[in-house]
Amino acid sequence: MENKIFTISVYSENNVGLLNRISGIFLKRHINVLSLNVSDSEVEHVSRFIIVVKTTEKWVQNIVGQIEKQIEVIKAFYHIDEETIFLESAIFKINSALLFDERQIQNIIKESHSEIVTVSRDFFVISKSGKRTEINDLYNKLKRYGIMQFARSGRISVSKEKMEVTSLLEQLKS
Amino acid sequence: MKISGAEAVIRCLLEEGVNLVYGYPGGAIMPVYDELYKFQDQLQHILVRHEQGAAHAAQGFARATGKVGVAIATSGPGATNLVTGIADAQIDSTPLVCITGQVGKHLLGSDAFQETDIIGISTPVTKWNYQITEAHEIPEIIAKAFYIARSGRPGPVLIDITKNAQFDEMEFSYTKCTKIRSYNPKPTLNHEKVAEAAALINAAKKPYIIFGQGVILSEAEAELKALVEKTGIPAAWTILGLSAMPTDHPLNVGMLGMHGNYGPNILTNECDVLIALGMRFDDRVTGSLSTYAKQAKVIHFEIDPAEIDKNVKTTVAVLADLKEALTALIPLVDKNSHESWHNEFKEKYKIELEAVINEELAPTNGKGISMGETIEMINKHSNDNAIMVSDVGQHQMFACRYAKFKTTKSNVTSGGLGTMGFALPAAIGAKMGMPDREVVAIIGDGGFQMNIQELGTIFQSKVPVKIVVLNNEFLGMVRQWQELFFDNRYASTIMVNPNFCAIAEGYYIKAKKVTKREDLDAAVAEMMASKEAYFLEVMVEKENNVFPMIPTGASVSDIRLS
Ligand SMILES: Cc1ncc(C[n+]2csc(CCOP(=O)(O)OP(=O)(O)O)c2C)c(N)n1
Repeated sequence: MENKIFTISVYSENNVGLLNRISGIFLKRHINVLSLNVSDSEVEHVSRFIIVVKTTEKWVQNIVGQIEKQIEVIKAFYHIDEETIFLESAIFKINSALLFDERQIQNIIKESHSEIVTVSRDFFVISKSGKRTEINDLYNKLKRYGIMQFARSGRISVSKEKMEVTSLLEQLKS
Repeated sequence: MKISGAEAVIRCLLEEGVNLVYGYPGGAIMPVYDELYKFQDQLQHILVRHEQGAAHAAQGFARATGKVGVAIATSGPGATNLVTGIADAQIDSTPLVCITGQVGKHLLGSDAFQETDIIGISTPVTKWNYQITEAHEIPEIIAKAFYIARSGRPGPVLIDITKNAQFDEMEFSYTKCTKIRSYNPKPTLNHEKVAEAAALINAAKKPYIIFGQGVILSEAEAELKALVEKTGIPAAWTILGLSAMPTDHPLNVGMLGMHGNYGPNILTNECDVLIALGMRFDDRVTGSLSTYAKQAKVIHFEIDPAEIDKNVKTTVAVLADLKEALTALIPLVDKNSHESWHNEFKEKYKIELEAVINEELAPTNGKGISMGETIEMINKHSNDNAIMVSDVGQHQMFACRYAKFKTTKSNVTSGGLGTMGFALPAAIGAKMGMPDREVVAIIGDGGFQMNIQELGTIFQSKVPVKIVVLNNEFLGMVRQWQELFFDNRYASTIMVNPNFCAIAEGYYIKAKKVTKREDLDAAVAEMMASKEAYFLEVMVEKENNVFPMIPTGASVSDIRLS
């Protein structure tokens, strides 16, 4: 079976040890996590993990099974890229002098649909949300001028199909 | 009325019907021990000699009784010493609640004396764990712990309680946990799947049942028996399925696995419908997966969704509690006898009998005592009805191959983890859980020395277990592999042993050593007749091997008889 990128979504109770439990499932199988994001979900008091891995479908099934087995996990799903809408965010810190010295930079910012978050005397910060390739593209363009700092978030995604966690929770309550 | 957190711990245990716990005290758990002292009339605490012993004793108790075993330890080294037992319970689905003390909440993260991150350490080997840092959390969390440990696919739970939470006062009230919204222990039985399974079974020419501990855990022994008797389907057990059916039942064809019986392994690749009941297709059972039961349609009855299609692709998966599923299945299956298919098992058994079993049970050519004949002797003097607790190694395989069972929950062994040192403490737990049964621990000279200190527990708490050390002066199972796969290079497998009987006698346990075959019968008889603990050392042939054998990575079809 070939390796593919899978996005695993986990709906869970908001619990101290759960991140450790979930990451251990990848560790035990020697599978590297490409990105991880934890946030609130559409359901109150329910957290959502979004984990991106490159592995085979068989492994991702195994992993999702093990994740879902954890007591505080409500539901876990996995999707391939075509089944989700996903993006990442990145921020770049760049020397302010360049904004005036290198005219090209303004064009790059405009063309990439990134936003200027703040400008100070010494540096300015731009943010960009989008696909990994778009962010990489911007990174490569800015790199030749010098990037003071760069950070990129984990993937966040929503599935095209319904997730039905709310109705599941209703069912569990009854 | 306000009580201390420590007292609340004891009251919770009593509410859960616990009257026996295993443990070892220390600084961070002292408030709980103080309450154990006050409640000693209602809750018996057995002082082990090492916390690993407490975990295994709790496992032995749980495996023999079906109840939740409880082990208590202090923080730091006390807690880490439990870990092997917890890991063993996790992989063998044994319900356990382990309670560990922890440094005070204000000291967490300061590298305080005996602080260790037992939550972090135990996470991968527990079904659930939780750190209590405030007294008021105690009842709810302990109630959850017991519910999680015993429900669904059982497993170990660890509750770490900071010292302040043990000292602080709280208002006590207890409600048993019956539901956790994110946890669904019993999937709802899908009757359509049962019907599909029944259709496959009814159409099968060579159906074959393989069953595991799920039968015991869901208490589906009667349903299993009814199913095989109605359908006439031959049934084989995994190592943890042992005793779920009487050994002598005509439809019981024996044991699966690396050292299991010849027919049950080889015929896995000849059946047309493979019906797996409460078992998880461990690699020791399947051998090479790419050649495992490829010709068969596979029906998997299983409670844990994560096991479905994990190793073997199923045709029909019935996700449910086994007892419930079998109850629904039995009316739908046709009566049958499958005689010629049965004869195939009988023929294979004859081959194994002649190639392996006869010689094992009655060695010729002036060979020393065999492990198999010792087990047979124990069968004889226990009327096939002892609880057999085996350690790990060759003796374990001989015990599991040759011990006979009449009653369920009579085989206690470390299957999934293969933990040497398991048997002696597990036998303590099994005996205390089932005081009216004979409990015989079968241990190698290697494994005996891994938790030999528990002889102290047996002596102090007067636990009348029968301990049999099968002494081949080798780490026999490893030596066998060295002989077969490493050109006889016996790297670090030769054991120079102490005087075991003197050690047992040092603990005031009656002891005997047998070196000659003609003394074996009387010695085993004397041991089984003893009302007290008894230690029997049997000097066995040094370089015997366990056969049949499926070498690692080989197909079940390629099982070797020699
Ligand atoms: C804790 C632990 N360490 C190492 C092993 C590897 N191991 C498996 S069987 C075995 C030999 C056991 O020797 P012994 O207890 O004398 O029993 P025998 O095989 O001779 O019957 C060893 C070392 C193990 N299973 N468990």
